[in-house]
Amino acid sequence: MIDAKSPLLALDRLAVAYGGIQAVKGIDLAVGVGELVCLIGANGAGKTTTLKGICGLLPVKSGGIRYGGDDITGRRSFELVRRGLVMVPEGRGVFGALTIEENLAMGAYIRDDRAAIREDVERVFALFPRLKERRRQTAGTLSGGEQQMLAIGRALMSRPKLLLLDEPSMGLAPLMVQKVFETIIAVSREGVTILLIEQNAKLALEVSDRGYVMESGEITLEGEAATLLHDPKVRAAYLGENP
Amino acid sequence: MAQRPDNRGAEHSAPIVDTFIQQLVNGITLGSVYAIVALGYTMVYGIIQLINFAHGEVVMIGAMVAYTVIAALVGAHLPLPPLAILVIATLCAIPACMAVGFTLERVAYRPLRNAPRLAPLITAIGLSIILQNLALIIWSRSPLPYPQIIDTVSYHLTPHANGATITNVQVGIIGLSIVMMGGLLLLVYRTKLGIAMRAVAQNSQVAGLMGIDINRVISLTFVIGSGLAAVAGVMDGTYYGVAHYQMGFILGLKAFSAAVLGGIGNLGGAMLGGLLLGVIEALGAGYVGDLTNLCHLSGWSSSLAQRCADDPHLAVFGSNYQDVFAFIVLILVLVFRPSGLLGERVADRA
Repeated sequence: MIDAKSPLLALDRLAVAYGGIQAVKGIDLAVGVGELVCLIGANGAGKTTTLKGICGLLPVKSGGIRYGGDDITGRRSFELVRRGLVMVPEGRGVFGALTIEENLAMGAYIRDDRAAIREDVERVFALFPRLKERRRQTAGTLSGGEQQMLAIGRALMSRPKLLLLDEPSMGLAPLMVQKVFETIIAVSREGVTILLIEQNAKLALEVSDRGYVMESGEITLEGEAATLLHDPKVRAAYLGENP
Repeated sequence: MAQRPDNRGAEHSAPIVDTFIQQLVNGITLGSVYAIVALGYTMVYGIIQLINFAHGEVVMIGAMVAYTVIAALVGAHLPLPPLAILVIATLCAIPACMAVGFTLERVAYRPLRNAPRLAPLITAIGLSIILQNLALIIWSRSPLPYPQIIDTVSYHLTPHANGATITNVQVGIIGLSIVMMGGLLLLVYRTKLGIAMRAVAQNSQVAGLMGIDINRVISLTFVIGSGLAAVAGVMDGTYYGVAHYQMGFILGLKAFSAAVLGGIGNLGGAMLGGLLLGVIEALGAGYVGDLTNLCHLSGWSSSLAQRCADDPHLAVFGSNYQDVFAFIVLILVLVFRPSGLLGERVADRA
């Protein structure tokens, strides 16, 4: 399973420390071109630390990261964006004092093709009509769900090859969660490769092709998402069911 | 520009309203310079929460470089109009100051980006001292008189013969400041670089995730602020007709006070704070002598009346107390409204 068809992203025994604690203890993980892969696990399992290690936000202790055939271990985040590797951070991280349009413009920071950028802004607005209505308002005035949509829309503005989503459902009302996941599926269908980090294991496995389960910094299970969804251990630990 | 502009403004015989208008004109001129310097403080603070205490010295270097260029061009007796000499001098001062600002950030502040906040603050004070001493070595310790190349022309603002006036130099300083402030606002609010500056100010980590090279944006912020400082230095030198290796110290402290008055980190605040501070200072210096004139109390004491018969000006504080007002304002702001007049609205950070 690790040998996904021509992996776009491959972690090789990646270890990342966070505040002196080794939160990720040498994991192997691969995401193939066009795949939607989820990494699930409890709070504190090391999921976000893994993503931050990939993006260069936290220093890699050992192991390697390969992306599109290149070794990108230790690269800084702004360089990775130019290669099409984009992360939507946890807690959304929109620029609250900037308008929605300005946030989207920052998503397209690495691009210079003005006409195509305008088209992409319209595509994001088509995806999230709410954002279009409020395009000149500051992002801080948006609701949590709308901010999440803006964060995803902003990430799409860079035309990513690989999108890393960190807990997109966190803190959202159920209706919003559904809307966000519909968007994730739509983006995936457009051919964007996605690595999705989620605490909501059921939802994540339902939309994903494959999944990884993380516990205390290590991968404990991996496989087809449909298989994991019916795995008794996963059901017991993450789906809140008693076997 | 034969002598230092008189802060007391018009003659005593001038109508009261003229005196007031004159102080206002002087204050707005002074305030324009403060505003331009304050922008440099506030931009850097907005983006990396650092008070760059060496910024005043960048202004001083601008004045010094311009002095050198003006003196050389005047000495060469080239057939250049005075305004052209001034423009050339400014165009030399700008890149020189930009280089200094860039170097300060790259060499001194960047390695301390994640250090405790006291470390870069003390570094800034150290850099201020280093730059002053470098200037002392290069340009000597004596005040350098700016060659008087611009003929001062005064325009009457009121019908009174000895009433309030505004000079061509004052018009030039105020006009150029407005243009620069407008240009900066356009840059920060209408260009991609400006939006990126505000994005980095808000959340540099997320800005990095957008592909923004944070170090480059921070460098550019220092470079832009230093370019403004260069022009402010030339304006100050031309206005007072003198440049000195320590001139940046008090000017910098006042501009910093102006930035705090407006709300540090806030561009509009720096502009407002600068103008207000200039006006407060000019009015304060203009009226402190009259307000503290003991002769107003002549009716209460016969000995005082006698002394006032010889000299009707027995002021406790004279206009040489001018510098006090900026710091009184700073203290009042810090006590009563630490976030400044326009608050620290994150929206206006840059």
